[in-house]
Amino acid sequence: MQSKQTNSNDHCASSASECRTCESAHSADEPVLPKRGLLSALRLYVHYLSIAVRSAMQYKTSFFLSILGQFLVSFNVFLGIYFMFRRFSQVGNFSYLEVLICFSIVLLEFSFAEMWARGFDTFSQTVRSGSFDRILVRPQNLVLQVLGSRFELTRLGRIVQAIVLFVYAARSGTIVWTPAKALTVIFMIIGGACLFSGLFLIYAALCFFTLDGLEFINIVTDGAKEYGRYPFNIYGKKVLLFTTFIIPYALVQYYPLLYLLDRKREWYYILVPLLAVLFLLPCRLLWRFGVRHYQSSGS
Amino acid sequence: MKKYLSFFRLRFVTGLQYRAAAASGIATQFIWGFLEILVFHAFYEADPSAFPMSLKAAAAYVWLQQSFLALFATWQMDPEILDAIQTGGVAYELCRPIRIYDLWFTKNTAIRISKAVLRCFPILLVAALLPSSYGLCRPAGWMHGLLFLLSLTLGLLVTVSLCTLIQVLSLLTLSPNGLQIIFSSATEFLSGAILPLPFLPQRLRALMELLPFASMQNVPFRIYSGSMTAMEMTRAILLQAVWLLILVLGGQLLCRRVVKKIIIQGG
Repeated sequence: MQSKQTNSNDHCASSASECRTCESAHSADEPVLPKRGLLSALRLYVHYLSIAVRSAMQYKTSFFLSILGQFLVSFNVFLGIYFMFRRFSQVGNFSYLEVLICFSIVLLEFSFAEMWARGFDTFSQTVRSGSFDRILVRPQNLVLQVLGSRFELTRLGRIVQAIVLFVYAARSGTIVWTPAKALTVIFMIIGGACLFSGLFLIYAALCFFTLDGLEFINIVTDGAKEYGRYPFNIYGKKVLLFTTFIIPYALVQYYPLLYLLDRKREWYYILVPLLAVLFLLPCRLLWRFGVRHYQSSGS
Repeated sequence: MKKYLSFFRLRFVTGLQYRAAAASGIATQFIWGFLEILVFHAFYEADPSAFPMSLKAAAAYVWLQQSFLALFATWQMDPEILDAIQTGGVAYELCRPIRIYDLWFTKNTAIRISKAVLRCFPILLVAALLPSSYGLCRPAGWMHGLLFLLSLTLGLLVTVSLCTLIQVLSLLTLSPNGLQIIFSSATEFLSGAILPLPFLPQRLRALMELLPFASMQNVPFRIYSGSMTAMEMTRAILLQAVWLLILVLGGQLLCRRVVKKIIIQGG
């Protein structure tokens, strides 16, 4: 197992013949994977995606009910904001529409990450059931395989809601939209999705050591989405410092928001959210460290 | 009665086994509660006059909510029962000489209490030591303390009866997930888990206080900090009792009907 691990770890490159043997689920009419590299990884990912869509469509009623459920869960958070602002006109110098912009972008960042990195979120099951052994022996990138193992399309319920709220808040608010600001929003979504994916990756890497999922990690994923509905400065200086330097939520939320709302005009605020992408590096290292120390659960 | 008591004990003891999960849950709930209180503080600073209760009462509400989360969280239903419904294992329970509604009611109560017992004390203790507007104050008086306990019990039983009702309804649908998620997200808002009910506009609040959902966590937590008058407390507790009676009787009736024409899934 040990030698196979180091071999298969992080090698996108694999010959097509090897692939055909390991992906025994492929039927003859499905495309044979191209030889190597990023393109092959991408093709494989798209293939995983299509499997996910087809399997979700097997239980259509359940699928649409789950989408509705996801919608309702985050709608509750929105109702919480709405009714607070029926009473109060502002919080920490942010108005209702400004908070809505903040909330919808964070919701979008989180939902995208959860949609495509759900395999890491449910990774404790993969480890405990021994499925990870099967993943290890396949000559494909591990991260790619885990990413492809689950694709949570039901999060579309939240994504739709986030987009609707964002459009509403963006059009009714006082923001004068410029290309630079649009770019900032896109960077926020990219940076945020990467940040949350990194947190899911950490969560999965910890499963190598604990076998069981840690509820505690919820606070940095779900909790951050929940409390990220308000700009992080309202929680006080300490929380803002933590969210700037330890887990950089504020880089994809508070600072670029200041630029969107014209509170800051320096150009580098546009690029701040991209710094959060760097957060993936330590997460990746921890993941590798975890894989090296993986011992099969034996089941 | 004896058999239900032993089912209760069994489920209760099983629930007590998950101590590591409880420890990590306590840590999570502690941070969660603290951030929630910081949000209330931020709104209070923005406009103290618009705040419908004292800051102390709001903090007490949050800490009680976090301590007794397991009693009232409708999204945490007994996975065993839902599993039994989905896999068809419920057939075994139907063969036994027990009333399935009473069995589920007992199990649901036991698992909630065992989870709460494991989690509530550390949170209550630490919260009580925090400075006043961030921490858990003492109950407004000994009368409030006693009524809090009474209403907490009633609130738990109302929650359990609602959950059991949903489980009975799940016998009719193929997959309980959809029903469950819609029920639990509606309850979250209507019971005051997202926002304490006093924060809502007057008319909406008056309407919501009549619904069974307000008889869950809303009443005990507000009695505790003394934000209800004697008259309001009596009315709220009576309403809790009435809803409990309606839900239990209705649930039993429905359960008998459903069991008569049940089709077992799986096998």
